[in-house]
Amino acid sequence: MTDAPSYLSPTGQEIVFLLLGAVAVGAALLVVTTRQLVHAALWLVVTFGALAGCYLVLTAEFVAWVQVLIYVGAIVVLLLFGIMLTRAPIGRSADLDSGNRPAAALVALATAAVLVTVVVDGFRTAYAPLRAGGGSAGEIGSSVFRNWVLPFEALSVLLLAALIGAIVLSRTDIRGRG
Amino acid sequence: MTTHYLVLSALLFAIGAVGVLIRRNAIVVFMCVELMLNACNLAFVTFARQHGNLDGQLIAFFVMVVAAAEVVVGLAIIVMIFRTRRSASVDDANLLKY
Repeated sequence: MTDAPSYLSPTGQEIVFLLLGAVAVGAALLVVTTRQLVHAALWLVVTFGALAGCYLVLTAEFVAWVQVLIYVGAIVVLLLFGIMLTRAPIGRSADLDSGNRPAAALVALATAAVLVTVVVDGFRTAYAPLRAGGGSAGEIGSSVFRNWVLPFEALSVLLLAALIGAIVLSRTDIRGRG
Repeated sequence: MTTHYLVLSALLFAIGAVGVLIRRNAIVVFMCVELMLNACNLAFVTFARQHGNLDGQLIAFFVMVVAAAEVVVGLAIIVMIFRTRRSASVDDANLLKY
């Protein structure tokens, strides 16, 4: 809260943020509105990349690289595999949207209006001057193993459970007693 | 400055919500859920930046790991539904049994 932000002379960080934010929102809109399934996955890559850039501007380096590794590297590839495995139509397909478009638009407008109003009203004076070196891997690691050991271990058990669950679900020769 | 990030996060969350509501293919619904999770992550990282500690970044990291686990199990379920029903549309999977 040192000095107030000025909207007339934007700093470099603000310009980079505006560009990244425009890219993220535009690509997210294309994910929701595109008529081709594979294109939706690829626009998702653009959104995640822009968000990783936002994390970098927020000095969260480790989270940014984990975002690139996990989301762009793993999750989108998994989603593309899912699209291929379910033999989704590769070209344009007409019946991608269900019929509740007006209700969805209403819900989205209400959500966006409430969230933006609350955020702008609640954090109008919040201004954090950016300093370099906030979220490097070393600091994150020492914080994990100093303050967050139990959640970390619980996450490893969760990952193991997800692994076993996916194997059990996808193998056809293992059947439950149900 | 941090307000802009929170507004971006709110917009991405709303876009993800509308995608979940209007899309018919289960995998695209999944992508929109990921979009909403990412919006929450951005808010967490922004709050971490604003308060000057690392806890928000750590929670964002944990959210990413949980999202990865969720995608693995969810895609397995979608592929299994596709095997039995020959369709990945959420409208066709409207029965819990049979």
